[in-house]
Amino acid sequence: MKRPFLALCTVLTLLSSAAYAGDDKMSARAPVPVFRINTDKGDKCVEPEDVMRRDHMKFILHQRDKTMHEGIRTTRHSLKNCIDCHADSKTGSVLGKEGFCESCHAYASVKIDCFECHSSVRETSAAKSNAGAPLSSVRAPNAASKNAGVPVKGKKP
Amino acid sequence: MSINRRQFLGLGGAAVAATALAPGLQLIELAQARSPEEAASSLHRWGLLIDSGKCADGCTACVSACAEENGLQSHGRPATDPQWIRKVTLKDKHTGYVQNLPLMCQHCEEPPCVDVCPTGASFKRADGIVLVDKHICIGCRYCMMACPYQARSFVHEVTTGQKAHAPRGKGTVESCTLCVHKVDRGDGSTACADACKKDGHGAILFGDLKDPNSTISKRLAAQASTQLRADLKLNTGVRYQGL
Repeated sequence: MKRPFLALCTVLTLLSSAAYAGDDKMSARAPVPVFRINTDKGDKCVEPEDVMRRDHMKFILHQRDKTMHEGIRTTRHSLKNCIDCHADSKTGSVLGKEGFCESCHAYASVKIDCFECHSSVRETSAAKSNAGAPLSSVRAPNAASKNAGVPVKGKKP
Repeated sequence: MSINRRQFLGLGGAAVAATALAPGLQLIELAQARSPEEAASSLHRWGLLIDSGKCADGCTACVSACAEENGLQSHGRPATDPQWIRKVTLKDKHTGYVQNLPLMCQHCEEPPCVDVCPTGASFKRADGIVLVDKHICIGCRYCMMACPYQARSFVHEVTTGQKAHAPRGKGTVESCTLCVHKVDRGDGSTACADACKKDGHGAILFGDLKDPNSTISKRLAAQASTQLRADLKLNTGVRYQGL
C-alpha cells in the first residue's frame, strides 16, 4: 500500500512542476512522465530512490567500464538489470511514450543514446520479437537461443 | 542465510578436500566458474583449435550459430552485412585438393587492431580476448585495415533485435568476441564450437591455452598446429590443424 502511494506522490510532484511551466494548454503540449513503476519484481530499487534519480547514469557508466574491460558482470548496477525490472509490462520495453526511461528523459529533454546499441526490451521478450531476417534463416534456431532464458545452474546472479 | 549442522560439516569437508588437492586442480575449478564480481584474469588465455580436416564442405553451422547467438541480422546486402565468422575454401591449384576452414578474429597476443586504434576502443582483455568497446569506437575503421585476417566488420545500418548480452550499433566496428558473455558465465565453450559439435564435426575446440591440463593445451602439445600468417609474429589465440 505504501509503494503505490509514494509513486502517486512522485507523479503528482512531477505533474505540478510541469503545470507550473504554464497554463492548461501548455501542460497538454509539454511531455510529462507517465511511466508506471513495476512492482512485480520487488518494491525496492537497488539504491534509494533519491540517489537513483540523481546518479543512475553514474552507476551505469561505472558498471559499463567494469563489464566491458574487466568482465565483471555483477547485476546490481547493470543496464540489463534496470531493463529487466523496469520494462513496461505490456510492451516489455523501457522505451515508448510510457516507457520507464523514455518518458522521463523526454520530459527532462535529455537524449538517451544507450538504446541505439543496447536492447531496450526484457531479455525474454527480445528473443520472441526478433524482427528482421536473421542470418540463420537457412537453419533452424539452435539450442543456444532456446536456452537464452534458462538460468545457469550453480551461479548466483 | 542460515546454515544447518550437516551443511556446515559438508562445507568444512569440501574445504579440507580442496586444500588437499593440487593447486592446479583448483585453478581448473576457477576457470569453469568465475564469480560475477571477479575480473578476467591473465592466468587464463582463451583460444580455439580448429581442425580443418574435420570442417565439412558446404556446412555453415558455425556461421549460423554465431549470427543466432549474437543477434547478427542480414539486410540482404552481403558486401556490407556483418560477418564475425566466415567459411574459407582453400584449393591447391596443382593437385586440386580442397580444404575448408572457419575464419574469425584470431585473438592475437600482439593485436595490430589495438596498435592502430586512435581512441583505445580496440583492446585486449586480461584473458586474451580482443574486443571493441563500442562506447569509445568512433567508426574510423583503422582496425579493419590493420587486421591481416579481415576479421572485423563495420555496422553500416541501424540495428534491431540485438541480444541483451551483445549490444551492437550503427557506426561502430565489431568482430568475434570469443562469446565473451559465455566465457564470463563459465560455459566453457563458444556458440560456433557448440554448433560444430552438435552437427557431428567437432572441428572447433575452445579452451584455456595457459592451463596445461586443458584439452586444447594437451592437443596443442601432442599434435602439429599452425598459426595463420605466423610470419607476422602475432601469436594468435586461434590455432589451426591440418593446413
